[in-house]
Amino acid sequence: MKRITISLAVIAVIAMLLPSCKPKNAGTAVSSGAAEKAFVAPGKYDEFYNFVSGGFSGQMSVYGLPSGRLLRVIPIFSVDPEKGYGYSEETKPMLNTSHGFVPWDDQHHTELSQTNGEIDGRWIFANANNTPRVARVDLTTFRTAEIIELPNSAGNHSSPFITENTEYVVAGTRFSVPPDDANGDVPINTYKQNFKGYISFISVGKEDGKMDIAFQLKCPGVNFDLSHAGKGKSHGWFFFSCYNTEQASTLLEVNASQRDKDFIMAVNWKKAEEYLKAGKGRKQSVKYAHNVYDEKSHTATSEIRTEVTVLDASELKDICYMIPCPKSPHGCDVDPTGEYIVGSGKLAALVPVFSFTKMQKAIADKAYDGDYEGIPVIKYEAALHGEVKKPGLGPLHTEFDGKGNAYTTFFVSSEVVKWSIADLKVLDRVPTYYSVGHLCIPGGDTRKPNAKYLIAYNKITKDRYLPTGPELAQSAQLYDISGDKMQLILDFPTIGEPHYAQAVAASLIRDKSVKFFKIDENTNPYVSKGEGATKVVREGNKVHVYMTCIRSHFSPDNIEGIKAGEEVYFHVTNLEQDWDVPHGFAIKGADNAELLIMPGETQTLKWVADKPGIYPFYCTDFCSALHQEMSGYLRVSPPGSNVPLLFSTGKNIAKADSTAAK
Amino acid sequence: MKKYTIMLACLILIGLSACNNAAEKEPAPAENSTEAASTAGGQEAVKDDDSAKDVVKVAVGSKDHSTLVAALKAADLVTSLSNAGPFTVFAPTNAAFDKLPAGTVDGLLKPAAKEDLQNILQYHVAVATMKAESFTDGQVLGMVNGDNVTLSVKDGKVMLNGTATIIASIPASNGIIHVIDGVLLPPAKK
Repeated sequence: MKRITISLAVIAVIAMLLPSCKPKNAGTAVSSGAAEKAFVAPGKYDEFYNFVSGGFSGQMSVYGLPSGRLLRVIPIFSVDPEKGYGYSEETKPMLNTSHGFVPWDDQHHTELSQTNGEIDGRWIFANANNTPRVARVDLTTFRTAEIIELPNSAGNHSSPFITENTEYVVAGTRFSVPPDDANGDVPINTYKQNFKGYISFISVGKEDGKMDIAFQLKCPGVNFDLSHAGKGKSHGWFFFSCYNTEQASTLLEVNASQRDKDFIMAVNWKKAEEYLKAGKGRKQSVKYAHNVYDEKSHTATSEIRTEVTVLDASELKDICYMIPCPKSPHGCDVDPTGEYIVGSGKLAALVPVFSFTKMQKAIADKAYDGDYEGIPVIKYEAALHGEVKKPGLGPLHTEFDGKGNAYTTFFVSSEVVKWSIADLKVLDRVPTYYSVGHLCIPGGDTRKPNAKYLIAYNKITKDRYLPTGPELAQSAQLYDISGDKMQLILDFPTIGEPHYAQAVAASLIRDKSVKFFKIDENTNPYVSKGEGATKVVREGNKVHVYMTCIRSHFSPDNIEGIKAGEEVYFHVTNLEQDWDVPHGFAIKGADNAELLIMPGETQTLKWVADKPGIYPFYCTDFCSALHQEMSGYLRVSPPGSNVPLLFSTGKNIAKADSTAAK
Repeated sequence: MKKYTIMLACLILIGLSACNNAAEKEPAPAENSTEAASTAGGQEAVKDDDSAKDVVKVAVGSKDHSTLVAALKAADLVTSLSNAGPFTVFAPTNAAFDKLPAGTVDGLLKPAAKEDLQNILQYHVAVATMKAESFTDGQVLGMVNGDNVTLSVKDGKVMLNGTATIIASIPASNGIIHVIDGVLLPPAKK
């Protein structure tokens, strides 16, 4: 009997093992050792930061690689009630535009600042696609430091790519539109006469990173899609892909796909600088917002600017050149040497690679095929290094490993293809799950790629994760590319829709991270530098509450004498000077959000007392063992009430209880 | 006791060898392939019987398109056509393939002819959803293989390259299928 029992047990064990032996379907197949490669032990740091655009979330997310752990979501172009971004009085000006306060945008591309063509770890730039803007995020605080709006633009897509010393960040308009100083009230079918494409060159302060529109280029009315700067030998040039050179304004799905070739537009920005200096620019009257966040006052200011200098690319002949590129080019990527420019026509059956040297010669020889609205069109063959034949279907974007190889994503055939730049031969291909858009190699668009990993950002997830109803997380897939063959090692969900992303060795940023803000340096006009400085001040219909918080109480925590209808401004200063001790502030009935106040920082919540009653407020971020005690009450009386304005902490105790309280 | 140990060892061996066999039979996940589109990256393996059918599933469900489906599989195009698209697929019927000279289809289905087959099939696909009524006389369509197809429209009949006529149109989740009565042959390579 015993023997039978044991045998049965053994069979049962084997039976349990067997299901794991069934052939893996292709969709889940991952080669051995993958888990180990992506494993970062609890408590250990990741090797890379990965800054991923959030698409229609408007934000940027930060992941650790190779673990795929989400480290932070940086609010940039959309309000974030979780952090009070866009809700606090201090941050509201960040989202100001010429259209007023805009609480949302579509964030597509991220670009780390560079010095000598290498990532320097100071800032990361982000574009807003819908209401055209560029933001700069400070990588010591991981917060949005500055946002600049772009006039004469609509759909800021070919942005925020930078030159190799971060001299400029560019912004090319995806939608050509009538210029801001022209009458835009024109029939849509007058596109060819009235619509123009503007490209902005935004200068970046060498030390402080401050952005300013140095000049704009007025170009033909096409759709500028993506761009990359020249580097090394091609430093001084910028390359933009253009589609809809047909200039269609309806059913672009068909009508913008008519021509066999559109263009890569090469821009000699050093030449543009010369013309600018020579006074060839035209001052144009426009309106755009420039918003700056000051980390000393913890306050943003917004200024509306009214002028921009425009250089006309069809009049100033030697700034721009068109290079024919097959079938609606999307990605426009420059290899680490600066010699090769890869144009990926999303409907093309091949990937052309252009040579900077040959392009220069073609310009010198005037090897042109006429012009496009006054801009010389270089002969395709004259600029061509060669074509990658039959690489896959639907090429989109390319990054580089610095070892002579390029990696291109193919949306239609859902794969990443590795190919050799020198001989244009396909070396390897891996599937993505599913329908890859952008890809990222750390430093993969710089002069010095750090090509250990490649991350593919996919548009479609379907069955990759447990289903969550009709709306699914989008996915990133991590490949080890240290060997000859790419190996899928991890698959992780992302926020919003990831478009372009960048990654950098953590060591370049990690040690510069700010732990808290020094309270002594806080210049916010409503700061309370200590509980003794707290007060409540009435100014007409407004009441300013100067409040502090520290483990584990607010000061004041009892406030009386507020009248219904009054606007109350809670200026809350976090007195902590310790790492990772933010306090939150929320009050019942607030119609905006909470505040999340970092140590040493002051933030302000506007709240309107709508009717008489008692309104509790409390700390929303679990800060100590007595976090639940960190709370207070505010009393609202009817308008015309004679309840005096009183505020206190620990003193407002009924007489009968006062002895017990000793 | 020894007996049990041996028995256990045997069973484990059987179990393990089952694993090995399974692993050996499994095709390498496209990681060594440098040919054309991969076979493992698409949505064709997603289990979903509820959603509207994509162009591949529509073709698979049509008795008149078994040759086309066999050809798509041989050319490794099932993955691409199961993805997001959007696609306009001109789908020759079995009868259309039968009109080709004897032996042509069999020849194209051979592994050695894969590139030619891909070229021909990609000449039947455009990336865009184009309804039959949107076609205009003289319209030129850029096809996935890089060549163009020219349309003529006469009395409501849409003809491609003067050789094949659209006889039916079937919408699909990721595009549209126009059933045609002839096979389109790409222009000879320059």
